[in-house]
Formats: sequence, structure tokens, C-alpha cells
Amino acid sequence: MSSVSLRERPGFVWAAPAAVFFALFGLVPIAVVVYLSGTSWNGLGTPQWVGTENWSALLDDSDFLPSLRTTALLTVGTWLVQTPLALLLGVWSAGAQRFRAVLSTVFFLPLLLSTAAIALVFVSLLDPNFGLAASWGKYLGAPDGNFLGDPSRALPTVIFVLAWQFVPFHTLLYQAATRQIPASLYEAAQLDGANTVRQFFAITLPQLRNTIVASSVMMLVGSVTYFESVLLLTNGGPGNATKVLPLHMYQEGFVAFDMGYASVLAVLLVIIGTVLSVVVVRTTGYHRMASDREGL
Amino acid sequence: MSAQVMTRPETRTQRSSPGKPRRRRVGNVPAGLAAGVWFLIVAVPIYFIVVTSIRTQDAYVTDGPLDPPTSVTLDNYSNVLELGFATFLRNSVIAAVATVVLVLVLALPAAYAIVRGRSRAVRMGFTLFLVGLAIPAQAVIIPIYLIITRLNLYDSLTAIVLPTAAFSLPMGVVVLTSALRDIPGELYEAMTVDGAGPGVLFRRLVLPLSRPALASVGIFAGLNAWNGFLFPLVLTQSADQRVLPLGLWNFQSQYGTDVPGLLAAVVLSALPVLALYLFGRRHLLSGLAAGFGK
Repeated sequence: MSSVSLRERPGFVWAAPAAVFFALFGLVPIAVVVYLSGTSWNGLGTPQWVGTENWSALLDDSDFLPSLRTTALLTVGTWLVQTPLALLLGVWSAGAQRFRAVLSTVFFLPLLLSTAAIALVFVSLLDPNFGLAASWGKYLGAPDGNFLGDPSRALPTVIFVLAWQFVPFHTLLYQAATRQIPASLYEAAQLDGANTVRQFFAITLPQLRNTIVASSVMMLVGSVTYFESVLLLTNGGPGNATKVLPLHMYQEGFVAFDMGYASVLAVLLVIIGTVLSVVVVRTTGYHRMASDREGL
Repeated sequence: MSAQVMTRPETRTQRSSPGKPRRRRVGNVPAGLAAGVWFLIVAVPIYFIVVTSIRTQDAYVTDGPLDPPTSVTLDNYSNVLELGFATFLRNSVIAAVATVVLVLVLALPAAYAIVRGRSRAVRMGFTLFLVGLAIPAQAVIIPIYLIITRLNLYDSLTAIVLPTAAFSLPMGVVVLTSALRDIPGELYEAMTVDGAGPGVLFRRLVLPLSRPALASVGIFAGLNAWNGFLFPLVLTQSADQRVLPLGLWNFQSQYGTDVPGLLAAVVLSALPVLALYLFGRRHLLSGLAAGFGK
């Protein structure tokens, strides 16, 4: 019987088109970028092999370490701002309070706007001459109304705009997860006389553990892709105050047309991404799902 | 970390509504206050977008950013429409639809093989997609640029669709895989006993039962394509291949001082997603949360 059912199961052919397609645009490029990091290429002609030249240039690049530091600051800042906020709003909006429906509808409006649209809106809104920042800046610690153009305020402002854009999404994750917590847990806790605080820490938080991990990991991985917002909001400025590593790579490659050196930075991004992806696979439980199958 | 942030507000909840037996009123009052503050943070920019988009250029310079509009005009909208907005919109719709179709057509058979297949290759394929979940597109944009130019696809919508779909694929496979796991094995076995092979099982069992998950994955991939900025930026050049986000950016750099016009373009660019949201709110939200809500 088992040999029959084995024959009747779908083989690799079913997964091959997806695997080949993904390999072509996801995996082959990783090999190519490693190769390109050893070449000199302006993006037009043929890449010329130069060995480790680009890699030693890393040592002379005074922008590299600061951009790495800015990336780390952006990542950590983003996580610290968004996680408590999204958790609080998500748990709250999963309940049945008054105004909840209206408020949560408004919360989700940023999800309808693209990254480009949001960045352009905030550039206008934070314009020191005509924007809201001009009149409200003095209440928010910026008397001159200059947020994106001030070296010390630019990065926190970018973190704020990113929160505006992404907190709704993470709120949604927490809302969906909170709704899946069995009501019986709360009923039992109430019978035991546990108050709201106890219930939150004894039931809600542990039950949301996987979501907190998943949401946090998405933020970590996403922090690399936030580069588009940075490009549109500040283009790395003022000075180099918001120049994150992917933006540095983009500017070396597609602005200065030094694709070889940009590939070095890209390889470093791949390494960072891979480390984070291992974290994804280890912590979100997907690898456990994969091993469950062996019992099928 | 987050626990500390929550401690103080929680204490107030406790005081606020003793005895009222309402399910899940956890964090009620403090979270409600946070919700109110966040409401303002979200609503003020949205209000600013809409109000400014119907101001005249003159009024934008003289009025305060949050003043009610003194002279309502729709000129900004008609100007934007004349500046090639329809082309950007059409390109974005084509790119998004093509991406969704490609992702669904490739991901569902792969997920089926991962859930039901037994071979080692399939299992390795799944690991490949898991790793792929976190490969940042930015990190491989240079080789993708090289591949696209070598395939002679540079400056075409195809150039945007192929990598965009590829980078939505891992998420699609993972979400569909977890959905297909929920189909009881007995269903497959019953049909197998009746003589159905993998192809028939796929058509008659997998396809109909995975429809909600397909909707989620489709929405996810569609929004990804709709919002995509980097691939269009690097892989296209000419105005007639420009998608909406790029069109907005270009509009800003060309007509930088025309903020009302820019914001009218922003409103127009959000309308299709808003329509989708009003039409299928539940699907859209569950699509966004797909795979991570559990």
C-alpha cells in the first residue's frame, strides 16, 4: 500500500518551475554579486576582473562604518518604537470597545499609500517653510521647523515616518493573533480572580509570543528595505546623517557607476540578510513545520 | 522592554472598570488613550493630503497647512491626469496583475509538492524558499540589473514583473504551504483510493480548498508590486514604462514646488487600493496578516 501512495504523491516536477524561477532571480544573483565584487564595472561595458581591489577599498571608504552604524541605529530605533506601539494598539483593537471600528479603519489608512507616496507626503508636511513643521516645530523641539534637514533630527524623523507607515501593518498582525486567543483562557482566569494586568501578562503576552517574534523578525529584515524611504525622504542627508548601508551601495552603484565596489557592499548586505534569515527560520517555527512533515 | 512600557498604563485600567465583565478588556483605557494619540498622528497627515490637494497653488503658500480650504479647486487633479497619470496607472495595474498571476501559478503547485511530496529534492526546495524569505532585494539589485540587461529586457514592464514576482514567491509558497497542511490527509487518501493521481487531486481538491489562501497571497503580491520602487527605479528608464511610485517621484523632482499637485497625485495613486479596501476589507486585511497571525 505504501508503495502505491508513494507513487501517487506529487514529485519535484511540481515545485521545479517555482524553484527554477526563484533561483534565477534570487540565488543566481547572489553568486553573480560575489563575482562582480571582484571586478571593475561601470554598468555598461563588460566587467573586468580586478581581484581583491574593491575589497581593500573598503578600508579606505570613510562612509562605510558610519553607514553601518546608521543602519544599526535605524534598525534598533525602528524596533523600539514600533513593537510596543503595535502590540498595544493590536491588543486594543482586537477588543470590542466603542469607536474601535472607526479608529481601526483610520489606523489602516497608511497601508493604502505606497512607500513613495508616504515619503513625498512627509517631505511636504515637514517642509520648514510651508509645512506643518513650520508652525508646530516649536512644540516638537524644532524651533526652526527643520526636521529632515537637521543632522541630529533627521534620523529620528525618518524613524517616525517609518513608524507611521509600518505600525498599522504590525498592529494588524497583533490584532489577528489576539483574536485567535481562546476566550476560555480569559474566562478561566476571571474565575480565578485574575485582574486585567495579570491576564495581560499571564495570557495575552505569552500567547502572542510567536507573533512578537515574527513581527520583530520582519522589522529586522525589513530594516534593510527601508532604504527606499531614506532615499526619498533625505537621500542620506543632511551630510551623511541618514546614509544607511543599502543607500550607500545604491549611490556607489547607480549614481557613481562603480558597480564593482557597490557589489562589495551588496555582498555584505547578503551576509547580513542571510544571518537574519537564519534567525527567521530558527525562531518563527517554520523549520519545525518542515520537520513535522516527516511523520506524514 | 515592551513590558515596561505597558506596566504603568495597565495599573490605570485596573482602576477604571471594576466588575464590568467584558471579554478582553486588557489594556482598555491606556491602550484606548494610545489609540487616540495614534489616531491623531495618522489622521493629521491624511487630512493634510486631502485638504492641500484641493487648494490652489496660491492658497498653499498663504494658508496654514491645516486651515480649512478657502478656495476649493479640482484643477490639481486635472493637471495630474494630463501629466501622464493614466499611463503610470495602466503600467502599475499591468505589472501588479502579471506579478499576482505569476506568483499564484508558480507557488500553488510548489506548495502542493512540499506538503504532499516525499522526495528529498522537494524538502530542499522548501528550505530554499525559507532562506529566500529574507534575502533583501536591495542586496542583489546589481546582478539583477546585469541579468535583465543581458536578457534584453531593460526598460520594459517585464523587467519589473520578473524580479518582483520572484521576491514575492517565498512568502507565497510559505503561506500556501501552511494553508495546505490544514487539509486533512484522509481527503487525499479517499480520492487516491478512487484512483485519482496528483493532477486530479490538485484540480479537484487542492485548488478549491486553497482559495482563501490564494486570495491572501494574491493581495500580498499585488500590493508588493503596486508599492515597488527599487526595481522600477533601476530597471526602467523611459516615461512610458514608468509605474505609479516612480511617476510620483518624478513628478516631485520636476514640479517640486507644486505641492497641491503632488498631493493630488498621491490621492489618485491611493484610490485603486482604497477601492479594493472598501470592496474586500476582510480579504485585504487577512491578506496582509497572512501567515503571521497564528
